[in-house]
Amino acid sequence: MTLDKWLALGQTALELGLVNSLTVLALFVSYSMLNVCDLSTDGCFTLGAAVGAVVAMAGYPALSIPAAMLAGMLSGFVTAVLQTRMGVQSLLAGIVVNTGLYSVNMAITGNKAQLNMNKTDTVFTWAKELLQGTPLAAQYKLVVELAAVALVVVFICLFMSTKLGLAIRATGSNADMVRSSSINPVFTTTVGLCVSNAFTGLSGCLMAQQQKSFDINLGQGMVTVALASLLIGGVFFGRSRSVPLRAIGAVIGAFLFRVVYALALRLDMPAFMLKAVSAIIVVIAISGPYLKKQLPLMLRRFRSGKGAKAC
Amino acid sequence: MLTLDHVRKTFNPGTADAKLALDDLTLAVNDGDFISIIGANGAGKSTLFNAICGSFLPDTGTVTLDGADITMTPEHTRAKVIGRLFQDPMRGTAPDMSIEENLALAAGNGGWLSRVRARDKLEFRDRLAQLGMGLEERMKQPVGLLSGGQRQALTLLMATYHVPKVLLLDEHTAALDPGTAEKVLAMTRSIVEENHITCLMITHNMQSALDLGNRTLMMDHGRIIYDVTGEERSTLTIADLTDKFRQLSGKALDNDRMLLTSERHSEKGR
Repeated sequence: MTLDKWLALGQTALELGLVNSLTVLALFVSYSMLNVCDLSTDGCFTLGAAVGAVVAMAGYPALSIPAAMLAGMLSGFVTAVLQTRMGVQSLLAGIVVNTGLYSVNMAITGNKAQLNMNKTDTVFTWAKELLQGTPLAAQYKLVVELAAVALVVVFICLFMSTKLGLAIRATGSNADMVRSSSINPVFTTTVGLCVSNAFTGLSGCLMAQQQKSFDINLGQGMVTVALASLLIGGVFFGRSRSVPLRAIGAVIGAFLFRVVYALALRLDMPAFMLKAVSAIIVVIAISGPYLKKQLPLMLRRFRSGKGAKAC
Repeated sequence: MLTLDHVRKTFNPGTADAKLALDDLTLAVNDGDFISIIGANGAGKSTLFNAICGSFLPDTGTVTLDGADITMTPEHTRAKVIGRLFQDPMRGTAPDMSIEENLALAAGNGGWLSRVRARDKLEFRDRLAQLGMGLEERMKQPVGLLSGGQRQALTLLMATYHVPKVLLLDEHTAALDPGTAEKVLAMTRSIVEENHITCLMITHNMQSALDLGNRTLMMDHGRIIYDVTGEERSTLTIADLTDKFRQLSGKALDNDRMLLTSERHSEKGR
């Protein structure tokens, strides 16, 4: 393989990784900080893409981004209300919202499963025009995405050190303590999920605009892919308690996931294997530490030759 | 002044597990009172605290604090003026966050988007130093690394950071080793006395129930069966208390831990 091809591979991985990293950062807020596994992520990602696509196609590319984020925020609000005010279990609330969002997304696109944005003005076409003739012309996608990711990372770092941010982190760590600090955990959970899903919406919006097309299944499996990326990122700075380092770790994780995936494709792995790979990564990353702890016990059982049969 | 007026609470009403946890309980706590509460397991001591904190809504009756009816006030709003410590030292602090961040939440200075300022940090340092545990040198460390005693001391500091109107101590030293328990108890005493905090303390240690504070309550089956203060209290011994319990409830004190500690103390006395 020539150097050019490697560079092209790296660039694609970086482009997709950066867009995905916004969803990874969203899970960083909900999963790592708030300790809620938000299973509405798939639907919310598609929601952001649908809203972003429809608004951009209507001729408002600048508006498409805040609109997608607002839609994501609304979706997060519904998930939060279900689990904090209406007695729906946290996981189920996400699944229910995710299912409902399919219809919402179809309604937004006017019952079309695909939208074509080849001739639509988006933030990416703007950046392309703006950067024409400069050395960055070929990297216009990267420029837009880097800006978005940088803004989100900076926002998370600033936000998490405010009183509200601390309260959100404490809710994930010990909700009792939040209550005794005269803060309502219902409020912090709601704000946390709104912020997180706004990023998921942004991620979906940029994904659709970057690939100039929308598909109703765009977000399928996104939560697993993002979780896998988050856990890969955790390998680097997971031990650190610093929020900025961990946020950057999440972005690196998203990139690495894409690199591994791109390499696997090079080795003739069929594209449909992506989801299986991400599922396996999540299982390894979560159950790995558990199995490692169990290993000595299992070995002893095995050596003694008795195992479970003895009882 | 904190008052509970005819408060009644039944858990699992209408089922075989129905339990009358608070039975028409009326209690008036005077400002500056330091009340110790004793009673067998399931007597309703913690349920009484839950009623004061607002963890549940009583079936009937009202809770009043300084003339305001707070029966319907949500738990987190009451927490502004009511501090509480649990037996489990893990319950009062967020383990994944640093000492400084935990204190920042307890201090609650500024608006939602405010950050911890240098001035706040100095104040935290001062307050931590008063605990005499060296925690002021570990402000950036996660609370999860602290020992049970250190966590409970930190929780005490957090619960009293802004002087509460009422402080509820639910066997807050029971899970600590004897030496640490004594230290945390001494700390509690000095903070409560210094700030004239009205305080209710559940304890299974009959000796400290009599040593600490100015008033002792004995509970059984969701009722206060004995309320003693002043001169009568100052002459009471542990034996008097167990006798009193047998006489008032018609049965022997069946709290194992309580019996163990009272035995230990009577042995010491011999």
